[in-house]
Amino acid sequence: MSENIRLMFTPEFFAAILLPALIGGIAVTICSSLLGVTLVLKRYSMIGDGLSHIGYGALSVAAVMNLAPLKVALPVVVIAAFILLRLSENSRLSGDSAIALFSTTALSIGILVSSKAGLTNDVSHYMFGSILAMSTGDVVLSVILSVIVILTFILLYNRIFSVTFDESFARATGVNAGAYNMIFAVLTAVTVVLGMMMMGALLISSLIVIPTLTAMRVCRSFRGVVLTSGAVSVASFLIGMFAALVLNTAPGASIVIVNVIFFICFTLAGRALRRTGRS
Amino acid sequence: MKTILECKNLTASYDGVNVIEGLSFKINEGDYLCILGENGSGKSTLIKCLLGIKPADKGEIVMGDGLKPTDIGYLPQHTDLQKGFPATVGEVVISGCLGRRGLRPFYSSKEKKTAREAMERLGIADLAERSCRDLSGGQQQRMFLARAMCAAKKLLLLDEPVTGLDPQASAEMYDLIDELNHKDKMTVIMVSHDVVKSLDSASRILCLCSCSHSFFGTPKEYANSHLGSKLLGEKK
Repeated sequence: MSENIRLMFTPEFFAAILLPALIGGIAVTICSSLLGVTLVLKRYSMIGDGLSHIGYGALSVAAVMNLAPLKVALPVVVIAAFILLRLSENSRLSGDSAIALFSTTALSIGILVSSKAGLTNDVSHYMFGSILAMSTGDVVLSVILSVIVILTFILLYNRIFSVTFDESFARATGVNAGAYNMIFAVLTAVTVVLGMMMMGALLISSLIVIPTLTAMRVCRSFRGVVLTSGAVSVASFLIGMFAALVLNTAPGASIVIVNVIFFICFTLAGRALRRTGRS
Repeated sequence: MKTILECKNLTASYDGVNVIEGLSFKINEGDYLCILGENGSGKSTLIKCLLGIKPADKGEIVMGDGLKPTDIGYLPQHTDLQKGFPATVGEVVISGCLGRRGLRPFYSSKEKKTAREAMERLGIADLAERSCRDLSGGQQQRMFLARAMCAAKKLLLLDEPVTGLDPQASAEMYDLIDELNHKDKMTVIMVSHDVVKSLDSASRILCLCSCSHSFFGTPKEYANSHLGSKLLGEKK
């Protein structure tokens, strides 16, 4: 263990591997937790999960056909996000079953294609994530994305609240709710694809869902939930990363477990607060 | 009297079935219009058309002088407050001011004042920091009415504002609406199932009916009409 820690603080390791992972990771966790607030409250929690499986399918196909993975996966997932949001809005096929249908289909295609082609290495990266192998390009993309998401959130905060809280009222007051849903679809899709490379297809939805749920245990206001979920998400990421390096565990899974521990603590704290509030 | 809203030969459909056919009526500034009708007679569809959320298939809705869609305050039908949605009363109420913000991102002190006044008016100012998930049904409807007031300059559209409220809370809600109509000269359009109350407060009645022609006129005319006497007879 001490060997690991010593290794971690060598300048070479830090500059080449840990720093990009930290920058990219913080960027993606902030994005996913902010978008997560709206997705969870609009009952679209499973969209992140569904999109990641669709992304996995797209990445597998791209790997087999020798195409650049991101260039294939990003547009495919953006289109899938549009379709899923649309379906949840106005079709008879309800949102969650639509997601199940799409995601299992894409996952199966991905697995079929990659097993036929005998490719398992790249593809298992996308299943379980490889944060310590983020390329400079990935990191730059994550940072640009997170700046866009944070700016969107600050500038459109009041509108996002209104569309999330009561879409029919928002429409009635002249807010173009459809446009906001589309913006959300695109940002979510990009976040999911980036998060997938870091956390893996299996775990990315936890980054979207858990911080919001955690914040909701304690916060009364929307603003409070947004700020708290961002903070919890970044804290979980940092603690999880550090634990993974020290204990030599899988980073993605460690981050999720730290998120869950935060969730349990906040649940207990929320109960205690309510009890004291009542008495 | 200035006309604030006119509906001309409106036809609207839902899932391919016409729920409103050839409906025409006209209301003036300061009117209190109650829309009556059984379930499925197209009341909520009409409201959505008036708000411009749903396009009309035929006919048109003409807004009177200077009335913009953003001047209309709307209280949706039985707003399903999501269980546990984290938002304070203050956050919800001020979101009513959003329509007139245009593209400017943040609320100004003027809007904060509007929201505070609306809450004071409805007696929920002390709840501003409370989470809306902890409110009673009556408090919740007041919160939504306050939000609608923030949006409304001239016209309030209320879709069954007392659904799910106990008699006491309903009466209070009706008093508040009457007061807004009388004192503030706010034009009110309310969808209601409460025929007796509607005849009592409203200045105009619109009764949508799937079986025969719709009725539009004063409460007195309505009580004497075939439709009205049938409904009132049932009530007695």
